[in-house]
Amino acid sequence: MEPFTILTGIAAPLLRVNIDTDLIIPKQFLKTLVRSGLGQYLFQEVRYDAEGRERPEFILNQAPYRTASILLAGANFGCGSSREHAPWALKDFGIRAILAPSFADIFYTNCFANGLLPVQLPMEAVETLAAVKGPLTVDLPAQQVRGGGLTFAFVIEPARKAVLLEGLDEIKRTEANLSDIAAYEIRRRQEAPWLEIRTF
Amino acid sequence: MTPRTLYDKIWDEHLVAVRSDGTSLLYIDRHLVHEVTSPQAFEGLREAGRPLRRPNAILSVADHNVPTLGREHGIEDETCRLQVEALEANVRAYGVPYLPLLDDRQGIVHVVGPEQGFTLPGTTIVCGDSHTSTHGAFGALAFGIGTSEVEHVMATQTLPQRKSKNLRVRFEGALSPGLGAKDLALALIGRIGTAGGTGHVMEFTGPAVRALSMEGRMTLCNMSIEGGARSGLVASDGTTFAYIHGRPLAPKGALWDAALAHWRTLVSDEGASFDTEVVLDITTLAPQVTWGTSPQWVTDIAGCVPDPAAAASDDDRQAMLRALEYMDLTPGTPIQAIDLQAVFIGSCTNGRIEDLREAAAVAQGRKVHPGIRALVVPGSGLVKRQAEAEGLDRIFLEAGFEWRQPGCSMCLGMNDDRLAEGVRCASTSNRNFEGRQGRGSRTHLVSPGMAAAAAVTGHFTDVRCLMGG
Repeated sequence: MEPFTILTGIAAPLLRVNIDTDLIIPKQFLKTLVRSGLGQYLFQEVRYDAEGRERPEFILNQAPYRTASILLAGANFGCGSSREHAPWALKDFGIRAILAPSFADIFYTNCFANGLLPVQLPMEAVETLAAVKGPLTVDLPAQQVRGGGLTFAFVIEPARKAVLLEGLDEIKRTEANLSDIAAYEIRRRQEAPWLEIRTF
Repeated sequence: MTPRTLYDKIWDEHLVAVRSDGTSLLYIDRHLVHEVTSPQAFEGLREAGRPLRRPNAILSVADHNVPTLGREHGIEDETCRLQVEALEANVRAYGVPYLPLLDDRQGIVHVVGPEQGFTLPGTTIVCGDSHTSTHGAFGALAFGIGTSEVEHVMATQTLPQRKSKNLRVRFEGALSPGLGAKDLALALIGRIGTAGGTGHVMEFTGPAVRALSMEGRMTLCNMSIEGGARSGLVASDGTTFAYIHGRPLAPKGALWDAALAHWRTLVSDEGASFDTEVVLDITTLAPQVTWGTSPQWVTDIAGCVPDPAAAASDDDRQAMLRALEYMDLTPGTPIQAIDLQAVFIGSCTNGRIEDLREAAAVAQGRKVHPGIRALVVPGSGLVKRQAEAEGLDRIFLEAGFEWRQPGCSMCLGMNDDRLAEGVRCASTSNRNFEGRQGRGSRTHLVSPGMAAAAAVTGHFTDVRCLMGG
């Protein structure tokens, strides 16, 4: 996975609360068999009208936000469906960091599997950053967001931080515990034999 | 020993290792797989050359994008067909148990798992679907995951996890007749908000929860995710055990006795500590109806569309204004004055036999209001068969409802069951998000009885006025 260290880029403000994953990527684009190519459908129903024309009032249809790599959003970002297509679409569009007061649990976890950094900041900080002219810098090693002469510190769990900084493959990490898993399975078969799966 | 919650106990039993970075590796007992969130996971396994660790720990079925009409002739939509074919090829290649589209046991994963006895108390259950919380009704720790995690479970039968906080919901009092688990769930989400349970596992307690059938408990736990909690839990009891006993994949004989002895210990201990407590008195609760584009925007049938001017904050006001514009509603409009063009009865929330009985009791001897298109989609082939054996299909058809084949259908509209722009629908599903049932569609979440009442009257109506008639 692509590591995340320091990102400097355009930040698009989309300051709605409860932006759900249906809004991020509508269901008709979940029929894909691959992870790539979803950026063109990101926020499709608010980004385009029913005829497929751009809605000029939508932030990602305006310069300079067409090339945004940071998204500023309201609380509970990514709520609803577990679809990993949401971070896939964001990343394919070019977004690498999302700054919001809070995130839904499943979406938050999905971000880290895809090299996206969800940054938790108070709403006042997000609003202040939205008013900054020019690019923002999201500095994961220093745990800071900087822009317009301002600096906001953020908190992130060390294990999550390491996954992004080093671009770690979670499955590979877990394979270091394969002997623990095998031992657990043997113990479990003795203690809870009814869990052995019967077949039809 | 320190008193533990039910969640603490299941967590402790599944802990494989605590790693040096502080994360825990949790063992996963059961994995449900469907066509939409699995192709990239199988592909990942294949690319890395990894084996699938325990094929028999998986139960797979296509549900999200399958047609609910004429499926015996195949799937017409090419992208849907390719996804189902990909699932079939993958499960064949990896030796994963699969219920084919034309099998009577096919249906929505969260209806099928419990029906088959795949869902058991005290187990950990995952699926690439947020409504996996449904299985918490059995006292199982069940939660939705992303596709990368699906691949992780396929490869290792574990997931790296952080322990959630414990939240206890206590419903005080009894539900009045005509109300059910859906009303409990919506009232709770109205109270705590869609982020109220974030970071928590919710355990539902109180006499009204004990009195619920397994199907009601599934409806309640299903909606936990709409309150922000990845998992909901109801401790297992006699109702649970009676439901599971004799199901195809449930333990039998001596194993059943051993399981039962263990399951009886899976309750929150007296004095166990919860990080958060919510108490809701439901004695005077009335049927719930959502008015906005988030499940938290809910009121009761006697209520009115609220005024954004009364919102607690500017952010809330902006959000409400946007929702009212999308929903084409004016503040102060009585809920009962809202006219509808569509009704959907089904989904993993309310597509089980008791839900269909509840709706049929209202539909019986009545007609769907002119101008309303009403769909009934059973949650599984077995639910459909049972309903037909009871004559419910005849009741629905005679009243003017459409009677369909099982699947997720109009809950999310991945197949052809979608609403046109601007159409307003009373739906027994779980999400009223913008565009959820079709671009520009307007969804109001209700119970099955309330959906049927809306279908026969053309607007929202207190189902209690149509009961016992």
